[in-house]
Amino acid sequence: MSAVDPVYALGLAGVLFVLGLLGVLVRRNIIFVLASIEIMVNAAGLAFLAAGARWGQADGQVMFVFILAMAAAEVAVGLALALRIRRRFNTLDVDDLRKLKD
Amino acid sequence: MTVLFYIAGAVAVIATGMVITRRKAIHALLYLVVSFLALALVFYVLGAPFVAALEVIVYAGAIMVLFLFALMLIDAGRAEEARERDWMRPRAWIVPSVLSAALLAEVVYLLARGGVPGRTAAGAAAAGGAAGVGGAAGEAAAQVKAVGIALFGPYLLGVELASILLLAGLVAAHHLTVDLDSEDGETAGAADSGAPGRTRQKGGRP
Repeated sequence: MSAVDPVYALGLAGVLFVLGLLGVLVRRNIIFVLASIEIMVNAAGLAFLAAGARWGQADGQVMFVFILAMAAAEVAVGLALALRIRRRFNTLDVDDLRKLKD
Repeated sequence: MTVLFYIAGAVAVIATGMVITRRKAIHALLYLVVSFLALALVFYVLGAPFVAALEVIVYAGAIMVLFLFALMLIDAGRAEEARERDWMRPRAWIVPSVLSAALLAEVVYLLARGGVPGRTAAGAAAAGGAAGVGGAAGEAAAQVKAVGIALFGPYLLGVELASILLLAGLVAAHHLTVDLDSEDGETAGAADSGAPGRTRQKGGRP
């Protein structure tokens, strides 16, 4: 078993996830929103790893590899969309993108 | 070991807090790199050296480079000289340097100790003796082997799905950005400051 209590690792994952969630809720720049999503995804991976370390299984690390691939694909599409939004609307503020609503 | 976990976790939390409070995106991204490095150290202390290496390579390396390039493309045409001058001020780099120095000290300490002792009973026994380095390295290799066997055994379908997902991401990113210039020409009247900024960037580059 790990020398570090997995409960503390889970607590750290929770704190990081809440920080990422705060970033998504508070920031309006789309770059900050994407970075906060990365923080949340990373915290979820940390939770998987802590559980894997607790039970001594490799499945937690396998799940982290999948999360890694998902995050890479997500950030590529997200940044492409950010470039597109910047070119079309000349802004990065997500509150300005209300064409669908008006 | 627990102390290392606490320090790395504190660095991760502080750096993440700085990420969501910075006003300049480039500063936030540098804090994000520090946060990822701290998390990699947390992974290592938790007994997952393979995932720690992946975190450094993919998150702190590839994804951050993607972010920085996107930021460079988005912010092209602003006042670069003021930004360069801003970089040289100590308050821009002193806190990330302190946080990174703490992580570096932890890595040096871990390397001097020879891996993570006390991870398992066998690891603790090896660390107690003189063969701490060999025991830790052998254990890490066995763990990476277990991950590989699980990845290409019961999780083979997941690996294939992940590769399809990556391919879809690649195609989508290409499709979304391939005709940026033609769209620029169509909406030149609406977004009039976009095109001059781009030409200024092209002209200003030596």
